[in-house]
Amino acid sequence: MTTTNLDPVLSAFERRPESLIPLLQAVQENLGYLPPDAMGTVARHARVPRSRVFGVASFYSQFRFNPVGRQRVAVCRGTACHVGGAKFILEQLERTLGILEGETTGDMEYSLETVACIGCCGLAPCITVNDEVSAKLTPMKVRKQFKKARK
Amino acid sequence: MSPKIEISLNGSTVEADASATVLEVALEHDLFVPHLCHHPDLEPAGVCRLCLVEVDGRMVTACNTPVTAGAKIRTDTPTVQQTRLGAVELLLVNHHGGTIDCEEGEACDLNRIARFVGADEARLGRYRPPDRTLPVDGSNPFFTFDPGLCVLCGICVRTCDEIVGVAAIDFVKRGFDTTIGSAPGKQWIDSDCVSCGECVERCPTGSLSFTGFETPEYEVTTTCTYCGCGCGIHLGVSGDRIVSARGQRENPSNEGRLCVKGRFGFTFVNSPERLTTPLIRRNGALEEATWDEALDLVAARFSAARGDAFAAIASAKLTNEENYLIQKFSRAVMGTNNVDHCARLCHSPSVAGLVQSFGSGAMTSSSKDLGDARCIFAIGTNTTAAHPIIGLQIMRSIRAGGRLIVANPREIELARHADLFIQHRAGSDVALLMGMMRVIVEEGLHDPEFIESRCENFEAFQESLAEYDDATVEEKTGVPFAKIAEAARMYAENSPAAILYAMGITQHTHGTDNVLATSNLAMLTGNVGVPSGGVNPLRGQSNVQGACDMGALPNVYPGYQKVELPEVRAKFEQAWGADLDDAPGLTHLEILRGVTAGPIRAIYLVGENPALSEADATHAREAMEKVDFLVVQDIFLTESAEYADVVLPAASFAEKDGTFTNTERRVQRVRKVIPPVGESRSDAWITCEIARRMGASGFEFESAEAVMEEIASLTPSYGGITHDRIDQVGLQWPCPDPSHPGTRYLHAETFPRPGGRGRFVPLEYRPPDEEPDAEYPLVLTTERSLYHYHTATMTRRVPGLETLRSEELVEIHPRDAVELQIASGDRVRVTSRRGEVEAHALVTEASPPGTISMTFHFHESPTNVLTNAAWDPVAKIPETKVCAVRVERA
Ligand code: SF4
Ligand code: SF4
Ligand code: FES
Ligand code: FES
Repeated sequence: MTTTNLDPVLSAFERRPESLIPLLQAVQENLGYLPPDAMGTVARHARVPRSRVFGVASFYSQFRFNPVGRQRVAVCRGTACHVGGAKFILEQLERTLGILEGETTGDMEYSLETVACIGCCGLAPCITVNDEVSAKLTPMKVRKQFKKARK
Repeated sequence: MSPKIEISLNGSTVEADASATVLEVALEHDLFVPHLCHHPDLEPAGVCRLCLVEVDGRMVTACNTPVTAGAKIRTDTPTVQQTRLGAVELLLVNHHGGTIDCEEGEACDLNRIARFVGADEARLGRYRPPDRTLPVDGSNPFFTFDPGLCVLCGICVRTCDEIVGVAAIDFVKRGFDTTIGSAPGKQWIDSDCVSCGECVERCPTGSLSFTGFETPEYEVTTTCTYCGCGCGIHLGVSGDRIVSARGQRENPSNEGRLCVKGRFGFTFVNSPERLTTPLIRRNGALEEATWDEALDLVAARFSAARGDAFAAIASAKLTNEENYLIQKFSRAVMGTNNVDHCARLCHSPSVAGLVQSFGSGAMTSSSKDLGDARCIFAIGTNTTAAHPIIGLQIMRSIRAGGRLIVANPREIELARHADLFIQHRAGSDVALLMGMMRVIVEEGLHDPEFIESRCENFEAFQESLAEYDDATVEEKTGVPFAKIAEAARMYAENSPAAILYAMGITQHTHGTDNVLATSNLAMLTGNVGVPSGGVNPLRGQSNVQGACDMGALPNVYPGYQKVELPEVRAKFEQAWGADLDDAPGLTHLEILRGVTAGPIRAIYLVGENPALSEADATHAREAMEKVDFLVVQDIFLTESAEYADVVLPAASFAEKDGTFTNTERRVQRVRKVIPPVGESRSDAWITCEIARRMGASGFEFESAEAVMEEIASLTPSYGGITHDRIDQVGLQWPCPDPSHPGTRYLHAETFPRPGGRGRFVPLEYRPPDEEPDAEYPLVLTTERSLYHYHTATMTRRVPGLETLRSEELVEIHPRDAVELQIASGDRVRVTSRRGEVEAHALVTEASPPGTISMTFHFHESPTNVLTNAAWDPVAKIPETKVCAVRVERA
């Protein structure tokens, strides 16, 4: 059972499969992410199987399945950063924070995601933490910056 | 058949079906075109890009390109070969790192295709290997998903959606990360999956595979022992163990499909807990004995209880031949009509009601034809749980645009698929159905021509409708009348419309009236005598139809020939060489009551477990405790066997020959797959041995086939049935003579009643026997779990099924739960006027407010201790579906 009552959000949409994406957007706007229960509720409302809701939602990068952490870490995967080793930056962050891409730490402090080019190609590879850019990173620098999260 | 056209295939001219695809034509001409995402049961997807061919010089995917007259198809041009090789290589790189030599070998289509196109492991180094390995998902007890072997052909996704209708899984995530899943971070077992294994069966690689699969040495084709769908199965054997099960594609009842019980539920056969030797009670304890000791004792004690002191309870799990023998034994040797079986507790109102209105008490349509109905009205049936394979026909009908109306007090799984879901109060079916019929007549949606030419008693019936005005119907059912009217229109306006029902209709003190209401509705709209319409009681057990057909009923001989009719009795007296009793015998509940109140001193209980299955089970236990002599013949030491004086170990369905008749009246072969376990013997052998030891003749059969010959000679509807004729595909009765092709649907021209007309029956609404009051404020209704069967004697000995569902759950609505301060997982006590039972609670909106529900599968929480044995006056079925209870935290 959902703890938040979504009825007011859902009732604006017709109970048809076509409503699925707008429904998901509305729910995410309301809750900040798509918790499993809410996806179940959306499935019932749009009359589609639960698996289809996740199938569709996970196809689009706009949907999140975990709440955003207080520190929202985004790794740039744009071309310049990619060439500059964004993959290793991401791997290091996953190790340091102990979560995978798309996840949030248990204490809700950090969430980790990847984004397309953030427009700082000259400073590649880079990440943002709550919209603040850290530039010219190496895995070592990343580890230092986030060390305190490892306790 | 669609018209034929000519096309050119690799230079030769061939004939093809105009509606076929290029791939189908090529395969039909033994021309292998590599393909991974194509499956003959599924709609074309065209996602794997392996089936490339050239049509008139253009490269296309063969699986989703229809043939056109004169098309020139080439499957082997250098361009095709080159492009295809590239596609195969790309798949291989992502398929466990590109090894071609893998243990899956021939079982993997990609492996076969790789060899066919000449893929070379050495060349795969050119590609970048995938950079993440996903963990293997072994969460389901019966199968494993290895995403590393998955080629994303989507066959599993489409199987689950198009065939099973569950859509538990889908493609999730995107790009390189795409995989098969259900919800974030969830495993297969957490999805809506019902573990049917249909996707595993179709997976072209080793990605989805059966856990612990053992390749059988050989397979034997037989019929599933679980539900009345009666699926054909190939059981695989290794040594003397059953190791695998596969659906029989040629069987029209299931077309190769199976449910979780039929595919994974047979390990009970080889369970170490099987009874392997006879037991005799000595000094209060059951002790091992020899067959001679046990049989002689039974014969002596039965000899002393001839006549109405004796009663037999046969079983819907035995073969036709065995049920025939048990009723013959009771009538000809014991001299009594006291023989009944569990159909009394499930579908006796179907027999009583449908015989009254149609003249024949069986499902009118074939299972397969239900998929072609334009409207399905499923009332009082949780089809996807209790009759899963017929559930698939409902899904097929919906996919083809058919309408689905579901009427059920509980929000069952089917409700999600319904155009209209009516959640009426348990026991208000007559009001609901009569209300619908009043709308149909008032709005002129009925079929006057059919009524006029095929039916009788319409006027009297029509008058009885007046009582069901909007307000009354709303009050009784608790459903807004507008919705009921909408259902009436939907049913009447979409023909053919089929009514499906099960125990939600029958297990009431007005069960026969409920059945009559369904037949009234079908006749009113002319939906009888058509292939995909009719009234379809879904019979529960594998051979409950057959056990009734064979006369394991106190009032009729085989073929529903009444014991009171002198000419019928004379026929059987002559055939069996015995004087027969002309008075109908006692029914199931009457037999058990007859121990305390009446004449019963000896009971022969075969393949039945009243200690758990009988309404007001405490009474049943008392009766079994008290009766002078109780013989229990079963495959396990059931809760009822513990009361026995003699226990006779029976062979399971997989250890003997015979026939089952499934719910669509199809008589099918049951075959000996392995030798009987231990000292166990077939029920036929045991009954005949007892008879012989009592000095009776007429029990010297050499085979089940010989018994069927005798059945056919005495039972008009089985007159044309021989084991030979049903060797490959079963026949549907009536099948009166050896050249008769069997009957796909009933009542095409006339009804088998005097005068040949169907009879409308006026009906009066009667409330359930027990209604909630201050002391017992809630209604308890009983249900079934997909994972268990009846009293779960068999299914709880299958470890995987026990994993999927291992205990009773009291399903309760959040509103009631809040009031009673109960949360999911809390231990609760349920009390009725007859007893109390404890189990864990499950708070769910599937149960309507004011109603709780429980199954009756678990001996630790014997639900039937609570249920009400008040019975229907005609069919004498107890009201297992409604009783008043109180719930509190334990
Ligand atoms: S086992 Fe059956 S229900 Fe489960 S995913 Fe496969 S097809 Fe669907
Ligand atoms: S649907 Fe019934 S008969 Fe078919 S496999 Fe399942 S239990 Fe057996
Ligand atoms: S079989 Fe044709 S695209 Fe897969
Ligand atoms: S090659 Fe091993 S599963 Fe396909």
